[in-house]
Amino acid sequence: MDLSYSPEQIQFREEVRSWISEAMPPEMKKKAEDGANFEQAEVMEWHRILYEKGWVAPNWPEEVGGPGWDVGQRSIFSEECVRANAPGLSPFGLSMVGPLLIQYGTDEQKARFLPKILSGDETWCQGYSEPNAGSDLASLQLRADSGTDKDGDHYILNGQKTWTTYAQYADWIFVLSRTSSKGKKQEGITFLLADMNNTEGIDVKPFLTTGGTLAFSETWFKDARVPVENRVGPEGGGWSMAKALLGHERTGIGGIAESSRNLKTAKGIAQRTQVGTGNLFDDDSFRRRIARKEMRLRAIEIMQLRQLSAAQLGHAPGAESSVLKIVGTEMQQETSELCMDAMGHNAMGWLDSPEEALPSYQQSVASQFNYLRAATIYGGSNEIQKNIIAKQMLRLPTL
Amino acid sequence: MNFDLTEEQQMIVDQAAKFVAAESPVSRFRKLRDTEQGWDKSMWAKMAEQGWLGIAVPEDQGGFGGSFVDVALIIEQLGRGLVPEPFIASVVLAGGLLSDQGSEAQREAYLTPMIEGTTSLAFAYAERQSRYSPSDCATKATKATKATKAEKSGSGWSITGEKVWVLNGHAADQIIVAARTGGGQFDESGLSLFIVDADAKGLTRTRVPGMDGQRTGLLKFEGVEVGEDRLLGREGDAIGSIEKALDRGAAAACAEGLGQVRELFERTIAYLKEREQFGVPIGSFQALQHIATDMYAEVELCMSANILAAIQVDHEDVEIRKADVSSAKLQLSDGGWLVQEQAIQLFGGIGVTDEQDEGLFFKRLRVLNGLFGDADYHVGRFQSLKGFDALD
Repeated sequence: MDLSYSPEQIQFREEVRSWISEAMPPEMKKKAEDGANFEQAEVMEWHRILYEKGWVAPNWPEEVGGPGWDVGQRSIFSEECVRANAPGLSPFGLSMVGPLLIQYGTDEQKARFLPKILSGDETWCQGYSEPNAGSDLASLQLRADSGTDKDGDHYILNGQKTWTTYAQYADWIFVLSRTSSKGKKQEGITFLLADMNNTEGIDVKPFLTTGGTLAFSETWFKDARVPVENRVGPEGGGWSMAKALLGHERTGIGGIAESSRNLKTAKGIAQRTQVGTGNLFDDDSFRRRIARKEMRLRAIEIMQLRQLSAAQLGHAPGAESSVLKIVGTEMQQETSELCMDAMGHNAMGWLDSPEEALPSYQQSVASQFNYLRAATIYGGSNEIQKNIIAKQMLRLPTL
Repeated sequence: MNFDLTEEQQMIVDQAAKFVAAESPVSRFRKLRDTEQGWDKSMWAKMAEQGWLGIAVPEDQGGFGGSFVDVALIIEQLGRGLVPEPFIASVVLAGGLLSDQGSEAQREAYLTPMIEGTTSLAFAYAERQSRYSPSDCATKATKATKATKAEKSGSGWSITGEKVWVLNGHAADQIIVAARTGGGQFDESGLSLFIVDADAKGLTRTRVPGMDGQRTGLLKFEGVEVGEDRLLGREGDAIGSIEKALDRGAAAACAEGLGQVRELFERTIAYLKEREQFGVPIGSFQALQHIATDMYAEVELCMSANILAAIQVDHEDVEIRKADVSSAKLQLSDGGWLVQEQAIQLFGGIGVTDEQDEGLFFKRLRVLNGLFGDADYHVGRFQSLKGFDALD
């Protein structure tokens, strides 16, 4: 067992650090220093910069455009992105449907979709939840009826998806649809890819979140036609696809990068917040609160490295990533609460508070604090994760 | 970066697990907790035969040249059986100090017999008032005058003071004692280490039974005289060695605690499957399943913390060592506590009876929680490190 960095890894870190510093445009850098929310255009700008460098998909195999990094290099790269406060890329293409296609897609699908995910020419969103299928995802009802017309075999989609994060920006959506109501509810689900720009009958309406941003959307399908070649896996095999996709999402799911960014923000605010003749960062009890979270995050980080290292050796992903999801998202919330507490009465402010009342580097804190309430809910609520662990890892009996 | 055990390490784990199951299951500890010594010399010799007492000692010192990871792997298994032999006191604390700081003559005289299992050792550092501070030391060692110290070396030291809760202090053949040869009571400089024989004149040892069924020593030094050859390491310069020994102790506590945390967790899950109420196994109730998954998460984190501590405790950068050992110890205290309290809760009334082993694990874990610094101490130490203030 070994936790240390080799001379090559140390050199790699330096290379990544100086490259990020040079590659980030000045306006982006300013926002990064303030920890501000990035606009979609800025996220995509950074996506393209990383793409040009060949670093946009650290988890992808080299033969489909990944940089060919090992676990150590990937975690160094991710640490350096956090350190620089670089924009976080959308996971739906790069970390979710991309790896799924690499594993289960046809050669045609790989050739059609992977290059554009990499380049950022096509962005993706996820069509999983429905108004009546949240935690009980397998009860989803969006119908996909197969048929044939002059253009070939296809599915006709009717129904509604919700919490389709960033659907308003997305070019494509991956959809869990119902192709059969017979048998177990998990068995009649099919995984489809729909072109949102060129398909009649797909409508998107974003929700305003409590964070003051337009993150989630509702997406309606009315007689929307999806060609059969856009099906991933067999008809009725969508539930397995959904589970396989979750397994690929394990690196991001704990949000360790976000938590460590929050800790840095909390410290930065505390250092710049005057209390009496000193500052808040001199306050013993506040320092200890931050320290406790930083120390626990270290243990979570080792847990993630253990899982990544096991995955690299080819051990099948298990419900361990559910543990990471639970403790990681709780940590994200707790660290963002520290940022709020560090602000003191400034935490009354909002995105549109004038800068003379609220310094720019504190402007987004309350927004992120509100938005992060979603972290313990999305990706399978933490309570659902606990059910998964109880069943799959602990093998506890069902009632 | 690599988290896999080597083939040799996997062998160590298997061998230790087999040994504990065959030679020292919890039932053996139950018998020993009522005896005066609390552990057994013949078992100590068997552990020496396994090669464990010198596992991390360099080969040129007569050991096996392993790493602290090897030590942690053995301790975790010993923890599962509540094996009461003084592994942490003798091997990790005193053995580590002798190996790091001892002269060749000192190692031959005190380390070698311990590795062979014929003697056991202790490290006396804590005092009534010192709590967890490694530098708060009122015990003094003064240069003995020719009049009082005529024999052998001609010069030497006279030690006066008191040490409390000395692990294996009641039974050790030699005790390494931290004493002040200079500076004020709280100063980091001026601390020295001395090797004292258990039967030295002026040393009074009181056996102190503890909550966990193990014994410690209350040691009074009243003008205990030792020769110059008993000074371990450089005079007045022991703080670094003491801190390192205590960090090794903390890493060892993480390993032993992990053994007990896993034991408690596995026993609880088994009980949830077998115990029936309302006509069904209680493990089918979602409220209890979610408690069990909370426990599982903390067990996984304790495993991660144990790896972190075992690897980093020998890190040459002292700041990194302290940060990571403290993080690991905090996880044992906080996460371990969740596992132990919920284990007893889920066992229900039977968990509070002495006849069930769960209570024994509970007690030992609570003792480990406070040994080598509790959660508050380690959080305080972590936030005082330079790295905590760096925003880079």
